Amino acid sequence: MSDYALAAPRVRPRSPVTEARPVRVVLITVSLLFIGLFLLFPVAVVFVEAFRGGIGAYFASLADPDAMAAIKLTLLVAAIAVPANLVFGVAAAWAIAKFKFRGKTFLITLIDLPFSVSPVISGLIYVILFGSQGYLGPWLKEHGLQIVFAVPGIVLATIFVTFPFVARELIPLMEEQGTQDEEAALSLGAGGFQTFLRVTLPNVKWGLMYGVLLCNARAMGEFGAVSVVSGHIRGLTNTMPLHIEILYNDYQWAAAFAVASVLALLALVTLIIKTALEWRFGHELANGPR
Amino acid sequence: MTALAKVAHTLEYPKAGPSVVPAVVGNRLRERSMTVTVENLVKEFGQTAALHGVSLEIAGGELIALLGPSGSGKTTLLRLIAGLDFPTSGRVLFGNEDASSKSVQERNVGFVFQNYALFRHMTVFENLAFGLRVRPRATRPSETSIRERVMSLLDLVQLSGLEKRFPGQLSGGQRQRVAFARALAIEPRVLLLDEPFGALDAKVRKDLRRWLREIHDRTGHTTVFVTHDQEEALELADRVVVMSQGKIEQVGSADDIYDRPATPFVFDFIGDSSALPVTVDNGRVRLDDRVIAIDANGEPNGPATLFFRPNHIRLSGEGEEGGSIVGVVSGSRRIGDARRLELEVGARHRFEIDVPAEADLPRKAQVAIRPTNWRLYPGQKVA
Repeated sequence: MSDYALAAPRVRPRSPVTEARPVRVVLITVSLLFIGLFLLFPVAVVFVEAFRGGIGAYFASLADPDAMAAIKLTLLVAAIAVPANLVFGVAAAWAIAKFKFRGKTFLITLIDLPFSVSPVISGLIYVILFGSQGYLGPWLKEHGLQIVFAVPGIVLATIFVTFPFVARELIPLMEEQGTQDEEAALSLGAGGFQTFLRVTLPNVKWGLMYGVLLCNARAMGEFGAVSVVSGHIRGLTNTMPLHIEILYNDYQWAAAFAVASVLALLALVTLIIKTALEWRFGHELANGPR
Repeated sequence: MTALAKVAHTLEYPKAGPSVVPAVVGNRLRERSMTVTVENLVKEFGQTAALHGVSLEIAGGELIALLGPSGSGKTTLLRLIAGLDFPTSGRVLFGNEDASSKSVQERNVGFVFQNYALFRHMTVFENLAFGLRVRPRATRPSETSIRERVMSLLDLVQLSGLEKRFPGQLSGGQRQRVAFARALAIEPRVLLLDEPFGALDAKVRKDLRRWLREIHDRTGHTTVFVTHDQEEALELADRVVVMSQGKIEQVGSADDIYDRPATPFVFDFIGDSSALPVTVDNGRVRLDDRVIAIDANGEPNGPATLFFRPNHIRLSGEGEEGGSIVGVVSGSRRIGDARRLELEVGARHRFEIDVPAEADLPRKAQVAIRPTNWRLYPGQKVA
């Protein structure tokens, strides 16, 4: 019996779009190696280095007042910049995708500006505008307002740099969906704002979520623009990326990596939230198109 | 009692004017239905005009089809009636009231979109309840009566039990019926349907066509639907509005449209047709230099076009060749019970006739025919 089974040619039905086994093995290995080498390994190094001095030293370097201030400032900046860009991004995407007006293409180009301009230049713009030698500097000084080298400047620079994320994510999505759902809602008697809340927004909520997550990641991690406007005042205007650089330049490896590990952890939490939401609401995604 | 009639109507409908709808009327629900009048509507998109002064009267409870090729302006007209677009000039009246400047919400129309535009993040139930739930608190029905109304509508469109499904989990025909029920839920004054069966396969189309007719007869809403499918329009509608290039070519019953086409366009667009360029000369009709036995009394002299249907002909008998149209068979194909022959006259004009499938008329055979039913239109269309 077994002889017969062995003799019979084993025909395994194979999907026409799949590849031969060696090809698949090579492709999977290459991608795994690449991800391991360039993504997982560096992240692992961050945590290994952070704990090199032991758990005690790790928490001691986090408890340092300057480190705590940097963590708080980063969270504060993200907490202002992300909601602001959420509102701006949705408004811009809504205007571009659903209305016809002159200068629409120009507006789309403008939205891309922060992506095409180096972050350092973005920061410099604010220094030139609001700095003591800048256009508005004297007037601000007269009124006792400090923007550059203070928290407002950091928030402004962060908002500028992270502006495109939400809008860029939403515009193609909204354009693809067109205005028919909105017309349907209006014909059923819904007002403009009701239509937006009940139809437009739910239709783009996944795109919106990706946009917000990307925006948040960048807001917490932004270095260049913030570096120019912050003035690097320890405990006052240093965000986490800036604080890490300072520690690193001071040869405080363990402390630098400890703060870096917190930043990496925040990124991981973002990823976990995203996955959890997808898992929880996956059935709605699967229902997909009309 | 229909399922719809159970729900109390909160709106007072003005009485419709005298109906021009033939015998089908008689359902008392129709008395309440809204007349719709379109006066001289012009719509321009930038430089191009989509409608050139269209006027139309739709009686209360009538089922009207807007039929035409793509680009004829039929969807534009429907959207203008709905208030989804606004005319460059002209008026839209609901009953006696000028609705031209009213928003789509104020017009209270039920609009069914070509791709249904169902809210995909809502269940079937939520889709149907939407129009009621967005009402201001003062006129919003209680959740219990919303539920009751949605359930009776689901019953009406034969989708009971599917209220928890999402649109993505329904077949095309089911989605179409959800869209229809959603439009009915708001107790619309007028129902407007944009290519309602356009995205469905042939079998489902036919079933839904019968279904729509039944529902219409039960609910009595004034209904306007857009289609490019002449069979659908002629079968379903009380009256058909044939449109071309932003103008109305003819308004009439299926019989009017098919038997008495008002313009060459209608003759050509509806059903199969053959056209030959002829000349009218004091009541006689000449094809090239040959006088054919067609009476053109009352037609003005000059170039004209002779239209007839391929099956409205007879083969000329012995000795009749004199006044016949004589052609040479240049092609033949089988169409249903008949055989359709393509004939050439003097290698310049071509036309088609239907002959019995068993007829033995090979290529190059000479055939003499006489149209039994025909129409002459002044002017010659460019061949």
